Amino acid sequence: MTLSVTVHSDATHQAADAWRRQTSLRRLYTAMGVGLLLVALCATMWFADEANAGHFFDRLPHIFDFLSWLIPKDWNDVWRAMFDIASPHDNGTQEYNFPLGRAYVWGGFYVPEYFELMLTTLNVALVSTFIGFVFAVPFSFIAARNLTPHPVLRHVVKRLMELLRAFPEIVIAGLFAAIVSIGPIAAIIAIGLHSIGALGKLFYEINENIDMRAEEGLTAVGANWFERVRFADLPQVLPNFMSYTLLRIEINVRASTIIGAVGGGGIGEELKLSISRGFGAKTLALVLLLFTTIFLIDQFSAWLRRKLAGEQAFMMGA
Amino acid sequence: MAVMTADQILSIEERYPQVFQRPLHKRFGPLLLFVGTLLYFVYAVWFFNLPQVMRESHWERLPLFLTQWISYDVQPTFPLDTPQIEPKYPRFSVLGADPHPDWVKTNADGSITVLVNGPAKSVTFTKTVATIIANGQTVQVSMISGKPVVSGAIPAWITAHDEEVVADMGFVGEVRVAADRVKVRKRFLGWANFVFDPRSPFFEKSPSEVISLIVSGPELKPGTSNLALAANNIWYNGQWQHGDVWTKLLQTVVMAFLGTLLGGIVAFPLAFFAARNITPSGLLSQVLKRFFDFMRSVDMLIWALFFTRAFGPGPLAGSAAIFFTEIGTLGKTYSEALENIDDKPREGVLSTGANGLLVQRYGVLPEVIPVFISQTLYQWESNTRGATIIGAVGAGGIGLKLWEAMRTNSNWANVFYMVLLILLVVFIFDNISSFLRRRLSRTIHDYNRMQAEQG
Repeated sequence: MTLSVTVHSDATHQAADAWRRQTSLRRLYTAMGVGLLLVALCATMWFADEANAGHFFDRLPHIFDFLSWLIPKDWNDVWRAMFDIASPHDNGTQEYNFPLGRAYVWGGFYVPEYFELMLTTLNVALVSTFIGFVFAVPFSFIAARNLTPHPVLRHVVKRLMELLRAFPEIVIAGLFAAIVSIGPIAAIIAIGLHSIGALGKLFYEINENIDMRAEEGLTAVGANWFERVRFADLPQVLPNFMSYTLLRIEINVRASTIIGAVGGGGIGEELKLSISRGFGAKTLALVLLLFTTIFLIDQFSAWLRRKLAGEQAFMMGA
Repeated sequence: MAVMTADQILSIEERYPQVFQRPLHKRFGPLLLFVGTLLYFVYAVWFFNLPQVMRESHWERLPLFLTQWISYDVQPTFPLDTPQIEPKYPRFSVLGADPHPDWVKTNADGSITVLVNGPAKSVTFTKTVATIIANGQTVQVSMISGKPVVSGAIPAWITAHDEEVVADMGFVGEVRVAADRVKVRKRFLGWANFVFDPRSPFFEKSPSEVISLIVSGPELKPGTSNLALAANNIWYNGQWQHGDVWTKLLQTVVMAFLGTLLGGIVAFPLAFFAARNITPSGLLSQVLKRFFDFMRSVDMLIWALFFTRAFGPGPLAGSAAIFFTEIGTLGKTYSEALENIDDKPREGVLSTGANGLLVQRYGVLPEVIPVFISQTLYQWESNTRGATIIGAVGAGGIGLKLWEAMRTNSNWANVFYMVLLILLVVFIFDNISSFLRRRLSRTIHDYNRMQAEQG
């Protein structure tokens, strides 16, 4: 597109000049920014490639080796692995010992191993989200600028939540693995502590945006801080709190899978072992199960969130 | 509060039935929710076998580990069956190869005094008798009968076993006396050898000495300047591995940056085809949206495990894992931002007869670019926080190093050092990201205000 400027007077001329100067300056800045980003991109790519065990272009032709090797001899083995049914390919190795993981509940009725592991992962996520919720709610009222009982307390709680959020989960998991032994409890503590910080931040941001008139009404009748929070503020923010908590459950299912892979038990650990040993059918069964579960949770919580808080529940935040 | 009569209460109840006579599910809903949660917790306690886990846990280790984060100890052993009592140090003692600390004294009569914490907490011993002083008490341990025997009453801070007498002196350390040896553990606050390790020629030199050596000293290693030698010694410090830790930390930062940026670059054009108001084909939009869902829900962990198999362990695998996950996350958020745009600028550009690409460039992009950048920055920030964890499964970065240091249960000071570095990095990147986002939101704000002013 071309822009034609008809010169009427000196003033218009100057204005057009200034506009052109400004535009070219801005274009220069944008170009410089993009150039800088490109340089950083190339440098980091080179760095990541150098530090890696295998290099990108050497490995690229082989990238599908692993995938092809994931393909099981018999596609039915995926289902057999998932439901712990004996495989005709069983040769005594761990790769095909599907029925070994059966956990009998009642007589001949059993829970397949991978479903039990998935249940562990889900329970880790639920319990740790609950821990996060229980602590984040009171913290969020203390940390909110408009509701805090004391400004010093507010800063202390805010810094504490920042620390809990930024502290690497894996360190807490590792520390507690040394105390309560490796397993889901260490994972719950690690993810729970992280959830306190993450939920607390989202919660106090909601608190800071509430309508203060209800609170004023209760102040007028002489309610104390707890009564005001309980009767004026909590009912206003609870739907949003629930919505973010549901979002957190989704995130925590992923987190507990990852922590599981480094010794937190559950499906993550099994998945890591299965992939590193190259058990095609088992890996596919695990991935399929995990994928389905996460998908179902996503859908269910999206539906529930929409019911609870409407479209605003889909704003960014983690 | 004012006291109301029964009539007044009744009249209020009549006026607001929706407050006082709520439907059953509203009245008992919260209670049911509470009871349900409680029941779930009983189940969870049973499921995780909590009582047994708690019985078998070692909570006494927690303060021990935490003190190890900020302190170190030296453990000399004094064998009593040699002609002369000489301290022996573990092979990798922080004191270096030939230590002669001033808290170990050989007295004139051949006995040895170890000052665990000054003379108030110390032990003096010969081959036959040891005198332990702590908490204002003096305890004699005799080794004549072939095993240590405490003479007199045993105070609470001393535990007498058959073969060994253990004197617990609290944080500063402990003394263990057996018939054939005395073992002392002396604890110091701080981190030992943080700058130079015992192999370095600069070891145990004061900062001023080191500086004068670097500035004007003779070359300690011929052919290398003292400055280069010092830098080399710090970088390759055997205990703290500064070089390795910093490189791994840089890898983690690079992984987050590269993964998020590449994810954004790929998601950017795709989002236009996924946004229902921009793409001409509904099928394409649906396919792309499901593709984004897939990329997100396969999970960073699985991508990380997959790419470590494909590329080998390292930051390339980690970057690729974040990249794949981010295509899904950013693709979804980008396309949602596109679906929420104001259609008027686009119609305006369209009315001038511009082609498809120009409409996007001048009608759509100015509106969404700040939102895109803000969301990308947010993801970058959150990935910097999260990238440590996929490192532990072999995807490069500081995660694996952290996990290994923790698994040995001895390098807790190293763990703390790395944690501090990670926190510092997260803090810096959080601030950069939120500063940039604030600037951006101000731009959006200004833009909206100008729009409003122009009507």
